[in-house]
Amino acid sequence: MSRPELQTPPELFYNDKMSKKYNSNSRMVGIQAEISDRCIELLNIPPGQSYFILDVGCGSGLSGEALEEAGHVWLGVDISRDMLDVANERETDFGDLCQHDMGTGLPFRPATFDGCISVSALQWLCYAQTSEQVAKTRLLRFFSSLYATLKRGSRAALQFYPDSTEQAVLISSCAARAGFTGGLVIDYPNSTKAKKYYLCLSFEHGYKTPAAKRAEPEGGAAAAKFDGGSRERRGHRGKPKKGKVAKTRNWVLAKKDQQRRQGRDVRDDNKFTGRKRKDKF
Amino acid sequence: MRLLTHNVLRSPMKGVVEGYPLRIEATDVQMVESEVKEEFVKHMATTLDWGALCKAAAEVGMPEGSLPPALTPELLEDSSFLEALHRVLMDMHVVEGTLVCPETGRRFPIAEGVPNLMCTEDEVR
Ligand SMILES: C[S@@+](CC[C@H](N)C(=O)[O-])C[C@H]1O[C@@H](n2cnc3c(N)ncnc32)[C@H](O)[C@@H]1O
Repeated sequence: MSRPELQTPPELFYNDKMSKKYNSNSRMVGIQAEISDRCIELLNIPPGQSYFILDVGCGSGLSGEALEEAGHVWLGVDISRDMLDVANERETDFGDLCQHDMGTGLPFRPATFDGCISVSALQWLCYAQTSEQVAKTRLLRFFSSLYATLKRGSRAALQFYPDSTEQAVLISSCAARAGFTGGLVIDYPNSTKAKKYYLCLSFEHGYKTPAAKRAEPEGGAAAAKFDGGSRERRGHRGKPKKGKVAKTRNWVLAKKDQQRRQGRDVRDDNKFTGRKRKDKF
Repeated sequence: MRLLTHNVLRSPMKGVVEGYPLRIEATDVQMVESEVKEEFVKHMATTLDWGALCKAAAEVGMPEGSLPPALTPELLEDSSFLEALHRVLMDMHVVEGTLVCPETGRRFPIAEGVPNLMCTEDEVR
């Protein structure tokens, strides 16, 4: 099967149907959660700190969930409105979203974020989707804007799927041209399934990329450790006090469903649906 | 869109000098209470553009004086201030509206809480 990056632009590939499918595949959810955790680990944030992390190509918010569990506040950027809509339905307390094409340069003030992660998105920049797009220009724009918007001393850990060595080299060299130090960490290099590329970036001269994981994860593929339920169980941790809100929210959702069945024009559900509102501060 | 997010946004348009703050024209603003993250707010406070935050607070309809005119080291040690700052940064959401680039006037829509900063290759080249 040829790569989706070669066939369609990301905003069309990650359409409504694909976005929902993506999120309900528990094996996929497990893999993305594990990669997200690894990215967060690679940021090397002092324990107990609550930082502001940029999530590039945040998709349906799976990586954001991992960031939140690690105690961070995050801002997710994605080009696909359908993916963002799925992310928006999640009950996140400390995430926020923004629709943007990273290839046009990140739209943030300088020295703002304490770190950046990206899970399975970067390779999209290697494919020009329109005649005006030039892959290298877009990669350079992305990395220079990332360099500017990260706080000095912070790090970025970007996992991606290169389709060739040349592509991995192109991506790394654009990051270096933007001013970053660092390089590729390849986890499980001897496994076709579990092998993962992480571009680890820093501002430090003499920064040594962290050691890769070598031994195969137990049970072969990285996904084996996770099943659909484990994510849900994790989700409950540290989130008390949701009961009350959830009840009213469910009531609102049920009511809206009923109105829809009656053929009435009802607004789409999102995370603001049925939440406590205060007009005046 | 949280006011925290607004505070870190910069216009993606080519040729802008500062590019922020983007003007907020809000038609739906909601407050959704979240658990106060005092350490985070304290950590972020010095990264904020304070003037932009005060302006944004006014644009989403918060009463004048909701925020002190400047951030001082003493305030950062004051729990009740940090909680109030958390409410402004994390709990105020612009759900529907528009962001306007301060230099080019380019408008970016906000729908269901998500600002759309997409622009064409031409606009950034
Ligand atoms: C494989 S998905 C990963 C989503 C998420 N990080 C996760 O792990 O579940 C790749 C994501 O990258 C996004 N993407 C692709 N090209 C992009 C671009 N130029 N700018 C921003 N996001 C992009 C897609 O819309 C999609 O949501």
